[in-house]
Amino acid sequence: MSTMTAQATQVYSVFIKATPEQVWDAITKPEFTEKYFYGVPVRVTPETFDGGQSAQGTVVEFEPGRRLVHGWRALYDEDIAGEPESRVTWEIEAQEGGLTKLTVVHDRLEASPKTAESVAGGWSYILSGLKTLLETGEPLVA
Amino acid sequence: MDDDDRIFKALADPTRRHLLDRLFERDGRTLTELESELEMTRFGVMKHLRVLEDAGLVVSRKQGREKLHYLNPVPIRLIHDRWIDKYTEHRVAALADLKNELEESA
Repeated sequence: MSTMTAQATQVYSVFIKATPEQVWDAITKPEFTEKYFYGVPVRVTPETFDGGQSAQGTVVEFEPGRRLVHGWRALYDEDIAGEPESRVTWEIEAQEGGLTKLTVVHDRLEASPKTAESVAGGWSYILSGLKTLLETGEPLVA
Repeated sequence: MDDDDRIFKALADPTRRHLLDRLFERDGRTLTELESELEMTRFGVMKHLRVLEDAGLVVSRKQGREKLHYLNPVPIRLIHDRWIDKYTEHRVAALADLKNELEESA
């Protein structure tokens, strides 16, 4: 397989056996995020996405249970932190059978190739962990 | 058919794996772009893309008048966590046990 050319728009999607409200809480409350978001307690308010030393950004859309859009400036690496802010969109959609579809779109990465490369594997890990946490109550890794 | 069945079935076809590799190289492509790289009719490519979308391996999004296709690696990650981690963990544990035994008896 050829090497990954980091994409300027990345889309990640997962079906979770949980309600949209539960998914929203798992995204926006630190007691949940620290169990799947690389151990980071993320705090989300209608104004800011505060991922501590991982990433920070201004919230531009805040619709509980439906949609969250915020800026993304990675802080965990000096090189990456110097790149322009990109954008993360979380879309939450109720599905049949008690399922909720969660889609993460990370875009505006054209001028931030290092960020694009760095987050490419990360989102799969995060969404897989988020699904496991909501469906089993247990973090993916102990 | 459950989620795992759909994913394994989708991956069991060489054309569909080829499509995933094309999207891995460059994401957000239209049907026309994907079709131009395959010796296949438009209908054939559409059919394969639909199987990949049903399995969640490809996500399509509208942008203006275009429908763009994106590789979604999350189901592969879930398969990895569910099937691969479980077995490699045992193998690693077995090797660690073997190492301990050998070192103790040395």
